[in-house]
Amino acid sequence: MIAELGLAALWLAASLALLQLALAAFGLKQGREDLLGGVRPVAVTQALLVALAFLCLVLLFLRSDMSVLLVAMNSHSAKPWLYKFAGTWGNHEGSMLLWVTVMGVAGAGVALFERTLRRDTHMATLGAQAAISLGFYAFLLFSSNPFARLDPPAPDGQGLNPLLQDPGLAFHPPTLYLGYVGLSVAFSFAVGALMTRNVDAAFARAMRPWVLGAWVLLTLGITAGSYWAYYELGWGGWWFWDPVENASLMPWLAATALLHSVTVLATRDALRAWTVMLAVVAFSMSMVGTFLVRSGILTSVHAFAVDPERGSFILALLAIYIGGALALFGLRVGTVREGEQFEMMSREALLVVNNLLLTVILGVVLIGTLYPLMTEAFGHKVSVGPPYFDRIAGPLALILMLAMIVGPLTRWRRDRAGVVAGRLLWPAIVMLGLVAVLAVTAWGRIGVLPFLGLVVAGGVALGSLIPLTKRNLRRTPLFIWGMVIAHLGCAVSLAGMASESAFNVEKLIAMAPGDSVETAGWTVRFDRVAPIAGDNWTAMQADVSASRGGATARLRPQSRFFTSPPTTTTESAILTKWDGQLYVVLGDRLDDGRWQMRIWWKPFVTLIWLGGVLIALGGVLAIIGRERRGWALKLRQIRAGEFG
Amino acid sequence: MAMKSKHQRLVLAIVAIVAVIGAGLLAASALKDEAAYFYAPNEVKVKGVEPGKAIRLGGMVVTGSLRKEADGVTIAFDVTDGKATVPARFTGIAPDLFREGSGVVAEGAFDKGGTFIATNLLAKHDERYMPRELEGMDYNAATHEMKAEK
Repeated sequence: MIAELGLAALWLAASLALLQLALAAFGLKQGREDLLGGVRPVAVTQALLVALAFLCLVLLFLRSDMSVLLVAMNSHSAKPWLYKFAGTWGNHEGSMLLWVTVMGVAGAGVALFERTLRRDTHMATLGAQAAISLGFYAFLLFSSNPFARLDPPAPDGQGLNPLLQDPGLAFHPPTLYLGYVGLSVAFSFAVGALMTRNVDAAFARAMRPWVLGAWVLLTLGITAGSYWAYYELGWGGWWFWDPVENASLMPWLAATALLHSVTVLATRDALRAWTVMLAVVAFSMSMVGTFLVRSGILTSVHAFAVDPERGSFILALLAIYIGGALALFGLRVGTVREGEQFEMMSREALLVVNNLLLTVILGVVLIGTLYPLMTEAFGHKVSVGPPYFDRIAGPLALILMLAMIVGPLTRWRRDRAGVVAGRLLWPAIVMLGLVAVLAVTAWGRIGVLPFLGLVVAGGVALGSLIPLTKRNLRRTPLFIWGMVIAHLGCAVSLAGMASESAFNVEKLIAMAPGDSVETAGWTVRFDRVAPIAGDNWTAMQADVSASRGGATARLRPQSRFFTSPPTTTTESAILTKWDGQLYVVLGDRLDDGRWQMRIWWKPFVTLIWLGGVLIALGGVLAIIGRERRGWALKLRQIRAGEFG
Repeated sequence: MAMKSKHQRLVLAIVAIVAVIGAGLLAASALKDEAAYFYAPNEVKVKGVEPGKAIRLGGMVVTGSLRKEADGVTIAFDVTDGKATVPARFTGIAPDLFREGSGVVAEGAFDKGGTFIATNLLAKHDERYMPRELEGMDYNAATHEMKAEK
């Protein structure tokens, strides 16, 4: 029954999306206020229905209803409940249902809470949002029905890939999806503004919280995904330039550019067409990411099923939306009046530099990700890996970070180069000092990129704080704090990346119980190894004691065996200290009774993810700082009963 | 200064186009050097691969060829596609599903003696996962259809 209810709710939600689009389109075209009045209630009802459908699927997974094909294929009754729950979106159909659910709820948010936008633009935005949702509803209903029944029911499910059975999975994909969908809202705003010829500062202010919110969620999603790969895969790396990672990085790069240009538009009413274009690009990248991950064109832990039909479907959606948006942009860009002008030496100009560099990095990542797919179409199998991305994206990112020091210290409209240079004195001194220190202590031992990374990180860390000087800290607006903390987060993250690749110490060794080994100031002793059992797995678990300067800590790396589906995974053990992490992996048992052991000392590696969290925190502060007044106003309106 | 003109939008558009083209050129030049080509053992035999060039080698691990060396962390094995066989060595912890008779993709380069020195091994993560390059390769039938699969 639950499955049928869910399917019915999904069909109803899809029909309402169609109705929402029709009401907005005809209402605007014929200027019929009676039709437009229906758009917002329909948007809210559609959100409630699709949320009901999603809830039904969650219930089916929690109850392990094996008469539902999707549950039987991807779940198992012996799984812990958290993974049954998270398993709802740990598969193709469920994740697409999550996508439309978030999209519907976001649409309802725009319908309910957006009050500053001109009415026709608001309605066009909701129409555009419904049009995007419709494509995904069609995708679900015609080629990926999550509620399909299995007759007769399976005795038990096939289980979830054990690599995905991790608390991180419960939050990583939904976070990214929320980010992708937030960009779909920005896209709808852009389409709505183009349709109604209303690209200006007010439009940017309406769009900005969605861009910021999406960007915060993407930042958190990428940070969480990176940490998940780091501890779960047991390879000691935190970023692999895997196509699926790139699929999440590309929307983030576009969103980062967009959030800076939308600020220029909101503050100075410049870069109008540019910002609209970036909104189109940002959502395109979300769609490309979805296409790469969901089409089965890539094989990785993320790609659930190889199904060419689905790939074509998403590709068709991609072509329709992006092609349509670009065509609309081409037709209407002439009607977007030119915004305010600015000088070469101004914050606007530096933000253009930011946008250009981010765009170039985005292009390089996109080409590197798609190149293997393109060559394969011509019969060559090629793989593009870290050497390519590091070589190109690394230096560009460092230049971008240097611009990040200058931008916040430059005034809007126009500034004098000499004065700006004066403000850069201290960061320059810090960077020169770091060059000298590193040249003496580590010359020749560390690579060029990590070397420059450490230097630039020092400069950005100091430079990011300078906007706070000469200010009364208690009166500094929250969005300034947001910018400062986000930029500081970039420096912290960069420092972690550079430190990890510069000073990482690795030891690969075969040890018998009782052996100990010295590495990077640590004495690591392999005490014993014993079998252990969990809910749905068994494992060999090593007892390892690590000591440094008198203090001893225990680590318990495992080699885990799952029965459904039959899989072995390595569970690394990580000891976190203030100055880095000790990372231990248990390998295979050798015939002579020794065990393979891989030990890393990774100095300051935790800064990578701490930086990511700081960046996201900066975004949150910026949203609160910008929107607080608007929220207070809305609250008063709700209390006064003028709302809705 | 120069930007303050009637044509600021035009200047910005040109700058953006130049940036995008620049990204393309940059990517193209780097791809030439850094893209690692995928080889099956028979292609290595027929075409030859110069020592030190980073490639991916894919095939099946020959049953009975896997040996562990005395240090406990280096393994030697043979990779085959049914037509030719190439010796390979790897130092590190092999992936969980790396075993004889199973598919593997090895990243690395050949040394001067013709042994493939793998720096990374990619094996199946689980029963449903197959390295992309190994699709269409069946060990028992030893069919080799990596090119020309339209």
